[in-house]
Amino acid sequence: MIEILILLAKIVGSLVWLLLLTLYLTWAERKVSAVMQDRIGANRASIRGLRLFGLFQPFADAIKMIFKEDFRPSFSRRLLHTLAPFLSFFFVAVTVSVMPFGDRIRIGGRTISLQVLDIDVGLLFVLAMLSLGIYGILLSGWASNNRFALLGGMRGAAQFLSYEVALGLALVGVVMVFPSLRLSEIVSAQGRLLFGFLPKWGVVLQPLGFFVFFIAALAETKRVPFDMPEGESEIIGFFTEYGGLKWGLFMFTDFMEIVIISCLTTTLFFGGWQVPWLGADGFVFPGGGTWALAPWAVTVFQVLAFNVKVAFFCWLQILIRWTYPRFRYDQLMDLGWKVLIPLGLLNIILTAAVLSV
Amino acid sequence: MSTRFRRGARSESMLLNMGPSHPAMHGAVRIMLELDGERILSSEVEVGYLHRGFEKTCENKTYFNLLPYTDRLNYVSPLINNVGYVLTVEKLLGLEPPERAQHIRVLMSELSRVSDHLTCLAAMSMECGAFTVFLYMIQAREYIWDVFEETTGARMTTSYIRVGGVRADLGPGWRDLLAKALSGTRRVLKDVHGLLDKNKIFLDRTRGVGEMSREDALSYGWTGPCLRSTGVNYDVRKARPYLVYDRLEFEVPLGDRGDNYDRYMVRMREIDQSLRLVEQAAAKLEDCAPEVMAQDERLEPEDAIARSRVRRPDEGIRLSPTLEGAEKRLTPGILSDDGRSIVPPKEDVYTSMEGLIRHFKFFMKGHGLRPPRGEVYHSVEGGNGELGFYLVSDGTDRPYRLHLRAPCLHLLAALESLIRGRYVADIIPTFGSLNIILGELDR
Repeated sequence: MIEILILLAKIVGSLVWLLLLTLYLTWAERKVSAVMQDRIGANRASIRGLRLFGLFQPFADAIKMIFKEDFRPSFSRRLLHTLAPFLSFFFVAVTVSVMPFGDRIRIGGRTISLQVLDIDVGLLFVLAMLSLGIYGILLSGWASNNRFALLGGMRGAAQFLSYEVALGLALVGVVMVFPSLRLSEIVSAQGRLLFGFLPKWGVVLQPLGFFVFFIAALAETKRVPFDMPEGESEIIGFFTEYGGLKWGLFMFTDFMEIVIISCLTTTLFFGGWQVPWLGADGFVFPGGGTWALAPWAVTVFQVLAFNVKVAFFCWLQILIRWTYPRFRYDQLMDLGWKVLIPLGLLNIILTAAVLSV
Repeated sequence: MSTRFRRGARSESMLLNMGPSHPAMHGAVRIMLELDGERILSSEVEVGYLHRGFEKTCENKTYFNLLPYTDRLNYVSPLINNVGYVLTVEKLLGLEPPERAQHIRVLMSELSRVSDHLTCLAAMSMECGAFTVFLYMIQAREYIWDVFEETTGARMTTSYIRVGGVRADLGPGWRDLLAKALSGTRRVLKDVHGLLDKNKIFLDRTRGVGEMSREDALSYGWTGPCLRSTGVNYDVRKARPYLVYDRLEFEVPLGDRGDNYDRYMVRMREIDQSLRLVEQAAAKLEDCAPEVMAQDERLEPEDAIARSRVRRPDEGIRLSPTLEGAEKRLTPGILSDDGRSIVPPKEDVYTSMEGLIRHFKFFMKGHGLRPPRGEVYHSVEGGNGELGFYLVSDGTDRPYRLHLRAPCLHLLAALESLIRGRYVADIIPTFGSLNIILGELDR
């Protein structure tokens, strides 16, 4: 019984964490882009005159979208058209269940891992779910029965397929270095030290893999410079025929993908919840100093570290999105097939060579 | 294999209707595309969605009244349109505006050109996905429009240039505003150069896309930055100097390959040259500074009228002019003193019989501004190229015919050949770098 309650708490907790972070990512996106562009950004939404730098803005947006007309063009296919945004949303949201937020904690003699599902193919699960996400785009493009949406859907499918390959190849190196597909084990493996002082993070062992992974992951989020399926000034996008909450779901999925990609980057390449030199009993610095910490403090540090790293990568992605222009479709394919995939293969060969020595 | 399958295997082309309502179609232009996947097999450009009968309307307006219509042509640089029209009428009248007015016109034209180029490049980069560049450039344009607002009283529909001169002198704080606009624009240009010039993605999107050969450009009748991007050195300001351009120093930036990147680069460098010209004109304006009336010499209109009623004034009474009310200092030297072609100064109208008659005659139907019989063509260098006005006068107060040579029309005519065989995504920077302004194209 208590097991089920704990599981439920974890599910609700991680979903709330994901949704809140995503909501505030929309706010952060508006604010960061505003700072970059000499604007002020959203700051008008208020509750009884309390503005708080527009922190209520995401809720105002959500309320607006919920109360908009649920529009469906008469020429679209009813079932698929309605299904598409939900598919898109679901497949991304479900990946948060395997993200490790922290180390195992002990409460009252019970060991609880800060992770909803600690499955042994966690990494494959994430990749599989992210790949299934393209059905949302493909279906929305097809079921809208609009030619712009169709082009968007096709572009989305092609882009996902080609970058999925690069993404997978980049991750093979990680799996070789930390021989596991279980995300919690990958994170634990990154807690060790290299040469006695350097944290054994994925980015240290797999710099090329990280590079390929991050670019491919950016393409997965389908935002500028990889926003081919959307391309609002060219083909308006696969959600041309959507409005209100359904459109909102697509938009929300985009932001959620940013969070998920950040989680994945953190987990695989930046030590997940690991804080450098922090062990189960506190800090042990390479110089010789120590700082003993209570177990709860260690957990707080770890969860905080995970969140800070995720926030950093979210911010980085926003920065990239507002700096670069958009690729052209064929150039995107060139980058994927002619640059990233060979680099990914090269990374595998290099990793294998280093490991066998 | 059954025929059905074989037919299915052959790709069929898809017809895509881009516009007239499309985010990248700058107003209302329609491009019908025949697509094979994303590749454009053929296309047809349809214009006319913004046609509002400018030329025909002008035949029913007096020379003075049709000036505001020219604002609405290229609405990004309305002052150049004003200058072009007014210079055409002045050519027919044989009128030479005062030196100061000419410098103000140059100043305003060049600022308009900067605003035109900024808007074009901003829109182009935004459509390529670089939204930050868009906002930077629009901010620079705001600085420039602040100068316009202070001087002309309007930001877009200026109607500022008048036959015989300009409507009012520059505002009191114009030098500060101008300095702010210049430094602001230069700062933005530096940022944009840094963001785009060597950006691999931007280069990929623009280099070698929408290439135009020199000969084709000429045969299509291209002018302006687009023609110069192909390497043809033709600038109306150099070829047939008007106003005081022959006395100012500037270079004509040239491109080489005539692709989107060259058009971007030529525009960026032209902004630099225009800023140079603005600085020169501003400096010259100091040399031909007007005599400023002392504070106590100015009279409010009521006082002047009251004084003239008591007795006939011995010498001309000088009022505070009208544009900014009594606050504005009277600065002569911005309008020619040809009584027939300008609206007589209010101080004359209110205080003397001759002035009143002239005012009445100017605005009375069938009188007013009546250029001699004849026809005339005059062109200025607009934001997009040679902006020409062809005017036929039959000696009445309305033009018999006014034809506008809109540079955009010739640019758009070539769009079809520029995008044939390319991708849908290539339409966007190509269309953007041509800078199609529908107000001018459809008129």
